[in-house]
Amino acid sequence: MEKTQILVIGRHPEILATVVRLVNNNPHWNATGCLSDEEAIAAFPTQDFKVVLMGGGVDERSEGKLNEYFYNRNPNIKVVQHFGGGSGLLSAEIFEALNK
Amino acid sequence: MAQTILHKANTRGHADHGWLHSYQSFSFAGYYNPQRMNFGALRVLNDDTVDPGMGFGKHPHDNMEIISIPLEGDLEHKDSMNNVAVIKNGDIQAMSAGTGIFHSEYNFDRTSEVKFLQIWIYPNKRNVEPRYDQISLNLEDRHNKLQQILSANPDGAGVWIHQDAWFHLGKFDKGLTTEYTIKKEGNGVYAFVLSGEVIINSETLSSRDALGIWDTDKFTIEAGTDAEFLLIDVPMKF
Repeated sequence: MEKTQILVIGRHPEILATVVRLVNNNPHWNATGCLSDEEAIAAFPTQDFKVVLMGGGVDERSEGKLNEYFYNRNPNIKVVQHFGGGSGLLSAEIFEALNK
Repeated sequence: MAQTILHKANTRGHADHGWLHSYQSFSFAGYYNPQRMNFGALRVLNDDTVDPGMGFGKHPHDNMEIISIPLEGDLEHKDSMNNVAVIKNGDIQAMSAGTGIFHSEYNFDRTSEVKFLQIWIYPNKRNVEPRYDQISLNLEDRHNKLQQILSANPDGAGVWIHQDAWFHLGKFDKGLTTEYTIKKEGNGVYAFVLSGEVIINSETLSSRDALGIWDTDKFTIEAGTDAEFLLIDVPMKF
Protein backbone atom coordinates (compact mmCIF):
# COMPACT_ATOMS: atom_id res chain seq x y z
CA MET A 1 0.00 0.00 0.00
CA GLU A 2 1.28 3.43 -0.92
CA LYS A 3 2.09 5.70 1.95
CA THR A 4 0.25 8.98 2.38
CA GLN A 5 2.74 11.74 1.64
CA ILE A 6 2.83 14.66 4.08
CA LEU A 7 4.84 17.83 3.65
CA VAL A 8 5.92 19.50 6.88
CA ILE A 9 7.22 23.07 6.89
CA GLY A 10 8.77 24.64 9.96
CA ARG A 11 11.59 27.02 10.79
CA HIS A 12 12.99 25.31 13.87
CA PRO A 13 15.30 22.45 12.78
CA GLU A 14 14.92 20.33 15.92
CA ILE A 15 11.16 20.73 16.10
CA LEU A 16 10.85 19.98 12.38
CA ALA A 17 12.93 16.82 12.85
CA THR A 18 10.69 15.77 15.75
CA VAL A 19 7.51 16.35 13.76
CA VAL A 20 8.87 14.36 10.81
CA ARG A 21 9.90 11.52 13.11
CA LEU A 22 6.50 11.43 14.80
CA VAL A 23 4.61 11.48 11.51
CA ASN A 24 6.77 8.62 10.26
CA ASN A 25 5.88 6.59 13.35
CA ASN A 26 2.67 5.82 11.48
CA PRO A 27 3.67 3.14 8.95
CA HIS A 28 1.08 4.45 6.48
CA TRP A 29 2.50 7.98 6.40
CA ASN A 30 5.69 9.46 5.02
CA ALA A 31 6.83 12.95 5.94
CA THR A 32 9.11 15.29 4.04
CA GLY A 33 10.43 18.17 6.16
CA CYS A 34 11.38 21.57 4.75
CA LEU A 35 12.90 24.49 6.64
CA SER A 36 12.50 27.16 3.95
CA ASP A 37 9.87 28.26 1.43
CA GLU A 38 12.29 27.46 -1.38
CA GLU A 39 12.80 23.90 -0.15
CA ALA A 40 9.04 23.41 0.18
CA ILE A 41 8.37 24.74 -3.32
CA ALA A 42 11.07 22.49 -4.74
CA ALA A 43 9.80 19.44 -2.84
CA PHE A 44 6.09 19.85 -3.63
CA PRO A 45 6.16 18.53 -7.24
CA THR A 46 8.33 15.54 -6.30
CA GLN A 47 5.60 13.63 -4.41
CA ASP A 48 1.83 13.30 -4.49
CA PHE A 49 1.37 15.18 -1.22
CA LYS A 50 -2.04 14.91 0.42
CA VAL A 51 -1.45 17.16 3.44
CA VAL A 52 0.80 20.11 4.20
CA LEU A 53 1.47 20.91 7.85
CA MET A 54 2.36 24.57 8.28
CA GLY A 55 4.47 24.54 11.42
CA GLY A 56 6.05 27.01 13.78
CA GLY A 57 7.86 30.12 12.60
CA VAL A 58 6.20 30.31 9.17
CA ASP A 59 5.02 33.90 8.95
CA GLU A 60 1.81 35.07 7.28
CA ARG A 61 3.58 36.31 4.17
CA SER A 62 5.28 32.96 3.57
CA GLU A 63 2.10 31.10 4.41
CA GLY A 64 0.14 33.13 1.84
CA LYS A 65 2.77 32.59 -0.84
CA LEU A 66 3.03 28.86 -0.14
CA ASN A 67 -0.73 28.37 0.03
CA GLU A 68 -1.13 30.02 -3.37
CA TYR A 69 1.58 27.85 -4.87
CA PHE A 70 0.24 24.61 -3.38
CA TYR A 71 -3.41 25.23 -4.31
CA ASN A 72 -2.46 26.27 -7.84
CA ARG A 73 -0.61 23.00 -8.37
CA ASN A 74 -3.10 20.83 -6.47
CA PRO A 75 -6.53 22.30 -5.61
CA ASN A 76 -7.26 19.24 -3.44
CA ILE A 77 -4.30 19.67 -1.16
CA LYS A 78 -5.15 20.01 2.55
CA VAL A 79 -3.06 22.70 4.18
CA VAL A 80 -3.25 22.64 7.96
CA GLN A 81 -1.80 25.10 10.44
CA HIS A 82 0.06 22.82 12.80
CA PHE A 83 -0.01 23.84 16.45
CA GLY A 84 1.94 22.30 19.28
CA GLY A 85 5.09 21.18 17.50
CA GLY A 86 5.98 17.51 17.64
CA SER A 87 3.21 16.84 20.07
CA GLY A 88 0.27 14.61 20.85
CA LEU A 89 -1.90 16.61 18.48
CA LEU A 90 -0.17 15.52 15.33
CA SER A 91 -1.98 12.28 14.48
CA ALA A 92 -5.44 13.70 15.11
CA GLU A 93 -4.69 16.77 12.99
CA ILE A 94 -3.59 14.60 10.08
CA PHE A 95 -6.59 12.26 10.40
CA GLU A 96 -8.90 15.28 10.45
CA ALA A 97 -7.26 16.75 7.34
CA LEU A 98 -7.42 13.45 5.46
CA ASN A 99 -11.08 12.96 6.39
CA LYS A 100 -12.17 16.41 5.18
CA MET B 1 -30.53 29.71 24.53
CA ALA B 2 -27.56 28.05 26.17
CA GLN B 3 -26.08 25.07 24.41
CA THR B 4 -24.32 22.35 26.36
CA ILE B 5 -22.26 19.25 25.81
CA LEU B 6 -21.74 16.64 28.49
CA HIS B 7 -18.50 14.67 28.69
CA LYS B 8 -18.78 11.96 31.33
CA ALA B 9 -15.51 10.93 32.96
CA ASN B 10 -15.70 7.38 31.63
CA THR B 11 -15.95 8.55 28.01
CA ARG B 12 -12.50 10.11 28.04
CA GLY B 13 -9.55 8.56 26.21
CA HIS B 14 -7.13 6.59 28.35
CA ALA B 15 -3.46 5.85 27.84
CA ASP B 16 -1.52 3.50 30.10
CA HIS B 17 2.22 3.80 29.55
CA GLY B 18 3.12 2.03 32.79
CA TRP B 19 4.72 5.09 34.36
CA LEU B 20 1.97 7.39 33.05
CA HIS B 21 -1.79 7.04 33.27
CA SER B 22 -3.49 9.72 31.24
CA TYR B 23 -7.20 10.39 30.88
CA GLN B 24 -7.78 12.59 27.86
CA SER B 25 -10.86 14.74 27.40
CA PHE B 26 -9.94 15.44 23.77
CA SER B 27 -8.11 13.56 21.02
CA PHE B 28 -4.47 13.25 21.95
CA ALA B 29 -1.62 11.01 20.81
CA GLY B 30 -3.06 7.51 20.27
CA TYR B 31 -6.61 8.60 21.23
CA TYR B 32 -8.47 9.91 18.22
CA ASN B 33 -12.18 10.69 18.39
CA PRO B 34 -13.44 13.13 15.73
CA GLN B 35 -16.24 14.16 18.13
CA ARG B 36 -13.66 15.11 20.75
CA MET B 37 -11.22 17.44 19.03
CA ASN B 38 -11.62 20.57 21.12
CA PHE B 39 -13.99 22.84 22.96
CA GLY B 40 -13.41 26.16 21.23
CA ALA B 41 -9.81 27.16 21.86
CA LEU B 42 -9.41 24.43 24.48
CA ARG B 43 -7.58 21.63 22.68
CA VAL B 44 -6.13 19.42 25.43
CA LEU B 45 -7.27 18.52 28.91
CA ASN B 46 -5.22 15.59 30.13
CA ASP B 47 -5.68 14.25 33.64
CA ASP B 48 -2.27 12.68 34.26
CA THR B 49 -0.80 10.48 36.99
CA VAL B 50 2.96 9.92 36.87
CA ASP B 51 4.92 7.32 38.84
CA PRO B 52 7.57 8.41 41.36
CA GLY B 53 10.71 9.79 39.70
CA MET B 54 9.28 9.31 36.20
CA GLY B 55 8.14 11.89 33.70
CA PHE B 56 8.21 13.46 30.29
CA GLY B 57 11.75 13.78 28.94
CA LYS B 58 12.92 16.79 26.96
CA HIS B 59 10.56 17.41 24.06
CA PRO B 60 9.53 20.36 21.90
CA HIS B 61 6.43 22.46 21.44
CA ASP B 62 5.52 25.46 19.37
CA ASN B 63 2.48 27.72 19.04
CA MET B 64 0.49 26.50 22.00
CA GLU B 65 -0.40 27.90 25.41
CA ILE B 66 0.36 25.09 27.87
CA ILE B 67 -0.92 25.17 31.43
CA SER B 68 -0.10 22.68 34.18
CA ILE B 69 -2.02 22.46 37.43
CA PRO B 70 -0.63 19.96 39.97
CA LEU B 71 -3.38 18.31 42.03
CA GLU B 72 -1.20 16.07 44.20
CA GLY B 73 2.58 15.92 44.52
CA ASP B 74 5.31 18.00 42.88
CA LEU B 75 6.48 18.37 39.29
CA GLU B 76 10.04 19.28 38.36
CA HIS B 77 10.18 21.54 35.32
CA LYS B 78 13.21 22.36 33.11
CA ASP B 79 13.13 24.21 29.81
CA SER B 80 15.25 25.67 27.04
CA MET B 81 14.81 29.17 28.52
CA ASN B 82 16.91 27.98 31.48
CA ASN B 83 13.95 27.80 33.83
CA VAL B 84 14.28 25.15 36.52
CA ALA B 85 11.38 24.95 38.94
CA VAL B 86 9.32 22.69 41.12
CA ILE B 87 5.58 23.12 40.75
CA LYS B 88 3.55 21.89 43.68
CA ASN B 89 -0.10 21.51 44.51
CA GLY B 90 -1.46 25.03 44.77
CA ASP B 91 0.75 26.35 41.97
CA ILE B 92 -0.10 26.96 38.34
CA GLN B 93 2.36 26.99 35.46
CA ALA B 94 1.82 28.58 32.05
CA MET B 95 4.08 28.37 29.02
CA SER B 96 3.68 30.13 25.71
CA ALA B 97 5.49 27.82 23.30
CA GLY B 98 5.44 30.42 20.49
CA THR B 99 8.37 29.99 18.10
CA GLY B 100 9.51 26.92 19.98
CA ILE B 101 10.60 25.60 23.35
CA PHE B 102 11.96 22.35 24.74
CA HIS B 103 10.99 21.23 28.20
CA SER B 104 10.82 18.28 30.55
CA GLU B 105 8.41 17.57 33.39
CA TYR B 106 9.24 14.92 35.99
CA ASN B 107 7.68 13.74 39.18
CA PHE B 108 9.97 15.39 41.72
CA ASP B 109 9.05 12.86 44.39
CA ARG B 110 10.81 9.49 44.47
CA THR B 111 8.18 7.77 46.60
CA SER B 112 4.71 8.99 45.60
CA GLU B 113 2.73 9.70 42.44
CA VAL B 114 2.14 13.14 41.04
CA LYS B 115 -1.29 14.00 39.64
CA PHE B 116 -1.74 17.03 37.46
CA LEU B 117 -3.87 18.57 34.75
CA GLN B 118 -2.19 19.38 31.47
CA ILE B 119 -4.22 21.92 29.51
CA TRP B 120 -3.46 23.27 26.05
CA ILE B 121 -5.13 26.34 24.59
CA TYR B 122 -4.73 27.46 20.99
CA PRO B 123 -2.98 30.85 21.00
CA ASN B 124 -4.57 33.94 19.45
CA LYS B 125 -1.24 34.82 17.87
CA ARG B 126 1.27 32.50 16.23
CA ASN B 127 5.05 32.65 16.59
CA VAL B 128 5.22 34.76 19.74
CA GLU B 129 8.36 34.87 21.87
CA PRO B 130 8.34 31.85 24.19
CA ARG B 131 7.65 32.62 27.83
CA TYR B 132 7.28 30.83 31.16
CA ASP B 133 5.30 31.79 34.20
CA GLN B 134 4.55 30.09 37.49
CA ILE B 135 2.78 31.34 40.58
CA SER B 136 1.61 30.00 43.93
CA LEU B 137 -2.07 30.41 44.70
CA ASN B 138 -3.72 30.92 48.05
CA LEU B 139 -5.95 27.86 48.48
CA GLU B 140 -8.28 29.76 50.84
CA ASP B 141 -9.16 32.16 48.01
CA ARG B 142 -11.22 29.44 46.33
CA HIS B 143 -13.15 28.28 49.39
CA ASN B 144 -16.81 29.04 48.67
CA LYS B 145 -15.85 31.49 45.95
CA LEU B 146 -14.32 31.45 42.51
CA GLN B 147 -10.58 32.08 42.35
CA GLN B 148 -9.25 33.41 39.06
CA ILE B 149 -6.03 31.54 38.28
CA LEU B 150 -5.48 32.55 34.65
CA SER B 151 -6.53 35.35 32.35
CA ALA B 152 -5.81 37.10 29.09
CA ASN B 153 -4.46 40.09 30.96
CA PRO B 154 -0.85 40.31 32.20
CA ASP B 155 -2.13 42.52 35.04
CA GLY B 156 -4.99 40.18 35.98
CA ALA B 157 -5.05 37.70 38.84
CA GLY B 158 -3.20 34.44 38.18
CA VAL B 159 -0.99 33.69 35.21
CA TRP B 160 -1.74 35.01 31.74
CA ILE B 161 -1.68 33.54 28.24
CA HIS B 162 -1.96 34.65 24.62
CA GLN B 163 -5.69 33.96 24.33
CA ASP B 164 -8.93 35.50 25.56
CA ALA B 165 -9.21 32.82 28.22
CA TRP B 166 -9.97 32.82 31.93
CA PHE B 167 -9.63 29.93 34.39
CA HIS B 168 -11.26 29.77 37.81
CA LEU B 169 -11.04 27.18 40.57
CA GLY B 170 -13.73 26.68 43.17
CA LYS B 171 -13.83 24.61 46.35
CA PHE B 172 -17.42 24.81 47.50
CA ASP B 173 -19.17 23.44 50.55
CA LYS B 174 -22.31 21.42 49.88
CA GLY B 175 -25.27 23.58 48.94
CA LEU B 176 -23.34 26.69 47.94
CA THR B 177 -24.57 28.30 44.75
CA THR B 178 -22.98 30.98 42.64
CA GLU B 179 -23.50 32.56 39.27
CA TYR B 180 -20.73 32.69 36.70
CA THR B 181 -20.72 35.38 34.03
CA ILE B 182 -18.86 34.42 30.88
CA LYS B 183 -16.00 36.84 30.46
CA LYS B 184 -16.30 37.69 26.81
CA GLU B 185 -19.00 37.55 24.18
CA GLY B 186 -18.49 34.48 22.02
CA ASN B 187 -16.74 32.55 24.78
CA GLY B 188 -17.96 29.32 26.32
CA VAL B 189 -17.04 27.52 29.53
CA TYR B 190 -15.78 23.99 29.98
CA ALA B 191 -16.57 23.07 33.58
CA PHE B 192 -14.47 20.15 34.84
CA VAL B 193 -15.24 18.59 38.22
CA LEU B 194 -12.19 17.64 40.29
CA SER B 195 -14.10 16.07 43.18
CA GLY B 196 -17.61 15.81 44.55
CA GLU B 197 -20.82 16.70 42.76
CA VAL B 198 -21.61 19.91 40.94
CA ILE B 199 -24.89 20.92 39.32
CA ILE B 200 -24.86 23.22 36.31
CA ASN B 201 -28.01 23.95 34.30
CA SER B 202 -29.79 21.02 35.99
CA GLU B 203 -27.00 18.66 34.94
CA THR B 204 -25.40 16.80 37.83
CA LEU B 205 -21.70 16.27 37.32
CA SER B 206 -19.55 13.85 39.31
CA SER B 207 -15.80 13.70 39.73
CA ARG B 208 -13.97 14.20 36.39
CA ASP B 209 -17.21 14.78 34.46
CA ALA B 210 -17.30 17.92 32.35
CA LEU B 211 -19.96 20.15 30.89
CA GLY B 212 -19.32 22.56 28.05
CA ILE B 213 -21.72 25.51 27.96
CA TRP B 214 -21.96 28.32 25.40
CA ASP B 215 -24.39 30.67 23.67
CA THR B 216 -25.23 32.18 27.03
CA ASP B 217 -23.77 34.99 29.09
CA LYS B 218 -24.14 33.39 32.53
CA PHE B 219 -25.05 30.19 34.33
CA THR B 220 -25.49 28.90 37.86
CA ILE B 221 -23.19 26.48 39.66
CA GLU B 222 -24.38 24.56 42.71
CA ALA B 223 -22.31 22.23 44.87
CA GLY B 224 -24.39 19.03 45.31
CA THR B 225 -21.77 17.85 47.80
CA ASP B 226 -18.52 19.37 48.98
CA ALA B 227 -16.87 19.81 45.60
CA GLU B 228 -13.89 21.19 43.71
CA PHE B 229 -14.05 22.24 40.08
CA LEU B 230 -12.26 24.12 37.33
CA LEU B 231 -13.93 26.53 34.91
CA ILE B 232 -12.16 27.08 31.57
CA ASP B 233 -13.60 30.11 29.79
CA VAL B 234 -12.39 30.20 26.17
CA PRO B 235 -13.37 31.64 22.77
CA MET B 236 -15.59 29.24 20.84
CA LYS B 237 -14.26 30.69 17.57
CA PHE B 238 -10.65 31.66 17.35
